[in-house]
Amino acid sequence: MKRIALLGMPNTGKSTLFNRMTGASARVGNWPGITVELLTGKIILGADIVELIDLPGIYDLHGFSEDEQVVRHFLHDNVPDLALIVLNATQIERQLSLLLQLKNINLNMVVLLNMADEAKKFGITIDAAKMSEALGLPIFLLSAKYGAGYDVALQAVTKALRYTTPGLAEHLRDQLKSDSQIEAEMARVLQHSVQVPSRLPDNLTDHLDRLMLHPWLGLPIFFGIMYLLFQAIFFFGQPLQNGVSDLLTWLRDAAVAPLLSSLPVVIQGLLLDGIYNGLSTVAAFVPLIVLFFLFMAIVEDTGYLSRAAFLMDALMAKMGLDGRSFVMLLMGFGCNVPALMGTRVMRSRSLRLLTMLVIPFSLCSARLQVFVFITAALFSPKVAPLVLFSLYLFSFATAILTALLFKRYLPNNEPFVLELPPYRFPTLRQLVLRGWHEVYHFIHRASKFIVAGVVLVWLLTHLPPSAAPASADTFSGILGAWLQPLFKPIGITAELTIALLFGFVAKEIVIGSLAVIYGLGGQALSHSLALQLDWVQAYSFMLFTLIYTPCLSTIATLRSESKNNGFMLFSIVWSLVLAWLASFVFYQGARALGY
Amino acid sequence: MPAVALSTLVPGETATIVAIHTEGPLHQRLLAMGFRAGKLIEVIRRARFSGPVQVRIGTTDILLRQNEAEKILVKKT
Repeated sequence: MKRIALLGMPNTGKSTLFNRMTGASARVGNWPGITVELLTGKIILGADIVELIDLPGIYDLHGFSEDEQVVRHFLHDNVPDLALIVLNATQIERQLSLLLQLKNINLNMVVLLNMADEAKKFGITIDAAKMSEALGLPIFLLSAKYGAGYDVALQAVTKALRYTTPGLAEHLRDQLKSDSQIEAEMARVLQHSVQVPSRLPDNLTDHLDRLMLHPWLGLPIFFGIMYLLFQAIFFFGQPLQNGVSDLLTWLRDAAVAPLLSSLPVVIQGLLLDGIYNGLSTVAAFVPLIVLFFLFMAIVEDTGYLSRAAFLMDALMAKMGLDGRSFVMLLMGFGCNVPALMGTRVMRSRSLRLLTMLVIPFSLCSARLQVFVFITAALFSPKVAPLVLFSLYLFSFATAILTALLFKRYLPNNEPFVLELPPYRFPTLRQLVLRGWHEVYHFIHRASKFIVAGVVLVWLLTHLPPSAAPASADTFSGILGAWLQPLFKPIGITAELTIALLFGFVAKEIVIGSLAVIYGLGGQALSHSLALQLDWVQAYSFMLFTLIYTPCLSTIATLRSESKNNGFMLFSIVWSLVLAWLASFVFYQGARALGY
Repeated sequence: MPAVALSTLVPGETATIVAIHTEGPLHQRLLAMGFRAGKLIEVIRRARFSGPVQVRIGTTDILLRQNEAEKILVKKT
């Protein structure tokens, strides 16, 4: 099978092009370095099936970042039949240097000048034919986002695949010309084929940035945006979640229960109170997840994350981190795993480790489900969004505390140099793809371990058969009682302790397992929780859930990214200790004040 | 006009890059981002609390910290 590799600088739209070519939904964002894994897809070109590989963006073929090493090794070990070089047309002046480096290693290549729509807006004119002639390479203008120029480019790719790569030099580095030669070559090519206005027209980005990056208003605006986002998630998400949950409860009574009525009672219990209740409680969160990721996608795709890095860098520097660490913390609000992988853009190991130590405190979407459910059950509709926002503040506070405590063990003087992309707006197509992608992942996870989780919880709460379900005599009751000395001082009951144990695997299971433990789903579970817990206990439970180890996937990623078991263990132990201490101080403090 | 460090420029000023006194990985990265002797550079804004500075070279906007800006020599235009 022939192989095509997508190559180019960060944030030039390689992943957008990859998605267009394969119909996939690789994660795209307006942030340099969003592709952290090699993505592959198979497509049909002409008469052949071809494998397409999306490589991480690189600035320089002989750069030193982890991404640059990954790409270099890839080119060494798997010479592609064709390299599709994707350059940002608006930055052609400087991105040409990478193209010239790549040209020197004798790859069979087709060059795509992407974001042609944006270049046009900036008043940059590029004569692709002339440039093609000057370089002796096929060059095409393209807008991967909107599709203009795509068909012509695809034809050229199909044609170029018929020729093979002449062969890759063994020592890439030796083949590279010196910088001065590359500069002379750049000047020669650009002279006739590209015209850039000497001063860019005052565009939308400049206008917006004057407000968004305002010396005094910038930070308040940032926190305002975050607050509105979280408010909106609660405002829209909670009714949606109730709607789906009511629908599933109705379905159970109207169709599923009668259908299963002929089965033995124990099996009925396992299927209905175990699997159905557990799964439907989790499934009710699908609209919330979609909504959350749509909001995240808008923040990411517009390019606002780099602005957040600009605004927060000075403060992050005081904690031994930098603006990029802050952006990764924000990405962690979606899911901690990609955020941990995103730290690869940092070269200093200490900075990376410190950032990886704080990311798990980001209140991810799985934890959000737990909090939305519990705040809605225990607090009035007026107070609930504020409670949720306070948890986000706690999330930041624990991250800051952790960084301040450990920065002296992980000192770094990593330079902070980052591109600030213009604002861009995601197309509807991109938003739909992203939403679908997240739902797919959610359901994938659900089918894998959430089912196993709820079945296990059901067994624990119903065995041995002699005991009354969920009573003190069941395995879960015994386990809960055994752990009570540890959890009683923080106001967490035996039932909640079981849910926390399962939450160690994944936070998506927590509410599902509560549904199984109480034998109730949806609204009924909310009412039951409200009767058995007071708000101090509920908040203490949420604090513990927020701070202790997010999930097994995060632990696995911590291990694989740090390549250090000691670091992974330390992260687990520290988060457990901090979770217990925070809950203890809160619970005992609130009780001492008479609440 | 004598050459000064990029870090001394105020927002709105433009200058020509004279020399880049960095080495190793940072040097490579700066070159790839368009920092080259002879290029025109404009300071767009600075963040509060001595945060990073936003500069523009050609069509690329770049954020860099004070530390890094001190290592780039420019001549005001």
